Amino acid sequence: MLLRNPRRELDIAGPMSVVKLLNRLELNRESVLVISGGTLVPGDAMLDDDAEIEIRPVISGGQWPTATATGRDS
Amino acid sequence: MADGDGDWARLVKCRVCRQPAIIDLRRHNANFCVDHFLRYCDQQVAKAIDEFEMLRPGERALVAVSGGKDSLAIWDLLVRAGWEADGLYVGLGIGDYSEASAGYARRFAAERGLALVEIDLRADHGYDVPTAAAVTRRVPCSACGLSKRHLFDRAALDGGYDALVTGHNLDDEAAVLYGNTMRWQTDYLARQRPVLPAGPGFPRKVKPLVRLTERETAAYCVLRGIDYLVEECPMAAGNKHLAYKEALNEMELRSPGSKADFYFGFLARAADRFEAGARRDDLGACRSCGGPAESELCAFCRLVERAAGAEPVPVELRR
Repeated sequence: MLLRNPRRELDIAGPMSVVKLLNRLELNRESVLVISGGTLVPGDAMLDDDAEIEIRPVISGGQWPTATATGRDS
Repeated sequence: MADGDGDWARLVKCRVCRQPAIIDLRRHNANFCVDHFLRYCDQQVAKAIDEFEMLRPGERALVAVSGGKDSLAIWDLLVRAGWEADGLYVGLGIGDYSEASAGYARRFAAERGLALVEIDLRADHGYDVPTAAAVTRRVPCSACGLSKRHLFDRAALDGGYDALVTGHNLDDEAAVLYGNTMRWQTDYLARQRPVLPAGPGFPRKVKPLVRLTERETAAYCVLRGIDYLVEECPMAAGNKHLAYKEALNEMELRSPGSKADFYFGFLARAADRFEAGARRDDLGACRSCGGPAESELCAFCRLVERAAGAEPVPVELRR
């Protein structure tokens, strides 16, 4: 399988479900999206040997604090 | 991989129309096709706006945009729903990251003919986040958050907007709640609401994405063809907020719906217990900017005083 972003090739025999692939890569399925051909691939989808997919992380940590003591900037 | 007519497409069906699904939402025990997932997002945002009285018909909103998935998603969702919403981008001076994020925000606005207000910390206020972090010897997220809160508030008030919209999603709110609860920071808990009402010197602040997870907002962007900055801020790496999110996602993996139960359970059954002391109406006026302040100068103007005269710090030295 070919993984993009970052691009790397994994020698994983298919068919394999998306969920199994994520488990094998030790990725939490709540923290990523699997994308192929510009659309999303659900967890139960089966991936073939020659599948080309992007596993995109979705967690962002750059958000500003949402609640401070006064909620203000003083 | 099998295409839309392949094995997986026959296995996974949209809960609504039975057409091939493209996403599974375990917390709702549901799969959706493209059209019904987008409709789901529309409905969740509309429900949040209505349930928490975030916006009223005819009101103007200013959306704080970073070039990331959440802020661009909520801007798109609001405009599609017919709300009058302009964008606000603050250039933080975080090297290539800031240049890239500005590009995503500008392209999004230009392609849709939307108005984007821009503020640049270095050009307009004489400092940037890496320099402020070095001068104050605090984590970059602290100087960043302080700067953005002040500038967002000021821009919303100066522009005559009825509300400031931020892209905080369910994961953000649950993670902040987790952190505040871990430390029993009751004063912080008192203010953790999806709507903060307007007050002297402050605009109403609303978070219409609180009913969507960040996996869902990212999926929305992919399906709507919204190009956003996927890379994480280089200065946020290793912060506690990320650790809280990872911990909550481990719980979510074992018990789907945990994050929503945690956050909305807090709002329904616990938030009012922390209400006392939530409001601060006794703030004075900053002698420099006139904004709300606990002392002679507000925290933002104190930061400007310290950081604006300092030698700029390259971003890579702060990583």
